[in-house]
Amino acid sequence: MIEVRKLVKRFGAKPVLRGLDFTVEEGEFVALVGPNGAGKTTFLRVLSSLARPSLGKVSIAGFQLPSQAAEVRRSLGVVSHLPLLYGDLTAEENLRFYGKMYSVPGLRDRIEQVLELVGLSARRSDLVRTFSRGMQQRLAIGRAVLHDPVVLLFDEPYTGLDQEACDMLDKVLREVAGRGRTVVMTSHDLGRVQDLASRFDVLAGGVIAASTTPSGLGSQNLLDFYRQALAG
Amino acid sequence: MKKSLTVPAAATIEKQKQPSRVAGFLKAILAVVWKDLAAELRSRELLSAMLVFALLVILIFNFALELDLPTRRSVTSGVLWVTFAFAGTLGLNRSMAIEKDRGCLDGLLLAPVDRSAIYFGKAISNLVFMLIVEAIVLPAYSLLYNTNLINPGLIGVTILGSIGYVAVGTLLASMAVQTRTRDIMLPILLFPVAIPVLLASVKASEGFLQRLAGTEIMPWVNLLIVYDVIFIAVAFMTFDSVVEE
Amino acid sequence: MKPQSPTLKILTILSSLLFLAALAMVFLYAPLEETMNYVQKVFYFHIATAWVGMLGFMAAAVAGVVYLVRHDRKWDLLEMAAIEISLVFFLITIILGSIWARPVWNTWWTWDPRLTTAAIVELVYLACLLLRQGIDDPERRARFSAVYTLVGSLSVPIAFLSIRLFRTIHPVVIGTNTASNLGAFNMTPPMLATMFFCLFTFSVVFATLLWHRVRLEQLNVAIEERQMEIL
Repeated sequence: MIEVRKLVKRFGAKPVLRGLDFTVEEGEFVALVGPNGAGKTTFLRVLSSLARPSLGKVSIAGFQLPSQAAEVRRSLGVVSHLPLLYGDLTAEENLRFYGKMYSVPGLRDRIEQVLELVGLSARRSDLVRTFSRGMQQRLAIGRAVLHDPVVLLFDEPYTGLDQEACDMLDKVLREVAGRGRTVVMTSHDLGRVQDLASRFDVLAGGVIAASTTPSGLGSQNLLDFYRQALAG
Repeated sequence: MKKSLTVPAAATIEKQKQPSRVAGFLKAILAVVWKDLAAELRSRELLSAMLVFALLVILIFNFALELDLPTRRSVTSGVLWVTFAFAGTLGLNRSMAIEKDRGCLDGLLLAPVDRSAIYFGKAISNLVFMLIVEAIVLPAYSLLYNTNLINPGLIGVTILGSIGYVAVGTLLASMAVQTRTRDIMLPILLFPVAIPVLLASVKASEGFLQRLAGTEIMPWVNLLIVYDVIFIAVAFMTFDSVVEE
Repeated sequence: MKPQSPTLKILTILSSLLFLAALAMVFLYAPLEETMNYVQKVFYFHIATAWVGMLGFMAAAVAGVVYLVRHDRKWDLLEMAAIEISLVFFLITIILGSIWARPVWNTWWTWDPRLTTAAIVELVYLACLLLRQGIDDPERRARFSAVYTLVGSLSVPIAFLSIRLFRTIHPVVIGTNTASNLGAFNMTPPMLATMFFCLFTFSVVFATLLWHRVRLEQLNVAIEERQMEIL
């Protein structure tokens, strides 16, 4: 589903991603962890077609980046740490706007479905700028799945959320990912991620430094695995 | 959490086959325009800022230039267009800043539509805002200075000039908003290259107000049209390079 | 550090020699004009610097477009160098023009098409340089600069034509002169020869400066890259 070969991304002379290799099969839930500045956000931006690769091959759902960027975008749902929502519009209007941009068929019903999925049906006519951060994140996820994409990319979705909001987000994430979608998520919250993902990759020094699965971890904590990977 | 379906990815995309690209393109433009107008209707942030500013500028001109009857006749179009230019800059700046600040520009860029649809959508909504302000300033000026500005020729020129100004302005605002010196950058970039539009608009407006012969006015109107066409084309072709990373 | 290529060294020496020769021609060879005397000699340099400004303008426009197509940083450096040189030379042109204008037209400045357009061009250049300063990422800087140069290079000629719809008092030196063009004069063959020699000299000077400036910027880029490697 996602294939990345020798991805290099430079900003001016400064290389952030240095020949990264990364493969994700359909239906996998990959948690990407790593220190700040390792390039997680940059990597996700390249995958979501917002940034061009300097060198290397990236293909998602069979489409190449950057040449077939439009088709790639159709198959992607992206949630970043910024809400990407318009504060002066209601929840429903935000979804309607993005629905039109993605040419989603049967928009009205789809909006209903999505609002229910993220538990915001009651607040559909409220302006987004009155939403708490947790609610905004939930709506952002709703926006990301509106067009039923096969691949989901989450960049630090738990940032700034309190316990309750995190639990709600967990619930939504499980539902959304459980429908057979392919998910790549970056996060600093190793504890949470350990329960959700089917694979853990450590991004350090511009490449994938280590990778393991829940069974591979065995009795080891993800945090310990992570520390080991960074030390080695 | 492994899925049970075995349908390959590409086929799933096929099932969601989109209507023709042109329809998607137009739909996206309309969606962006609708979104901007709906948001503005709620907050009225842009329009109130532009309007107040425009009226203030006209007020200042009242003191800066002795707008007695004979002077008025010759400087009206100039005063009007300076006002429109400054108010327009405000609107262009804010419109793009709103997208940039909440990361919404990324949201727009993630949509599976041609980037130029975003350009046209933003340009059209910027144009609408500018026209609304002009529609209020023209009668206001007429009342305050006892000059009749409701003149079909003048209105036509105002529209043509605004189109040109907004066409270049939207492109340059997209660039300006990504620099460090964001707010100062747009006027510095825009004014030198908007001189042909402003000049032609002022001259043509003057022509219509002073009821000059058609042959005197037409060259300016033609210039406006040429400028509009050229720069809409340039913006359309280069917008992609300006918003990508 | 890559040393100067021998061609560049030769070019630099050639430029200097040609410049001295041009000075000699202007002050020793070209005849004195009847009405304006020595002030008229400014004209040779004024035309030559304007010519260089134009060369720079066109070079920047072309370089910008090529960059947008090829995304090769060389063209961005060329564009920047051309803009800087053109900025300075147009400024010299304006100053020399003012020196000429004061005794002849009795004014330092007029708002006729050529002068006004010169002012607009300078503003466009300054805007472009300010734009470049406000962007850290070199690739984005190059892209934005190229787009703005494209917009500017289309807008300035249009501005010139539109201002030309007004009457002008700028003398038409080559071609017919009417009595209304103050300061116009007929050029004798020695004057023509001097003028063309100056144009040629300054073209060579332009090429030399351009090359030097691009080389300087390439060295800067190399320094940046070394710094990155160390970090």
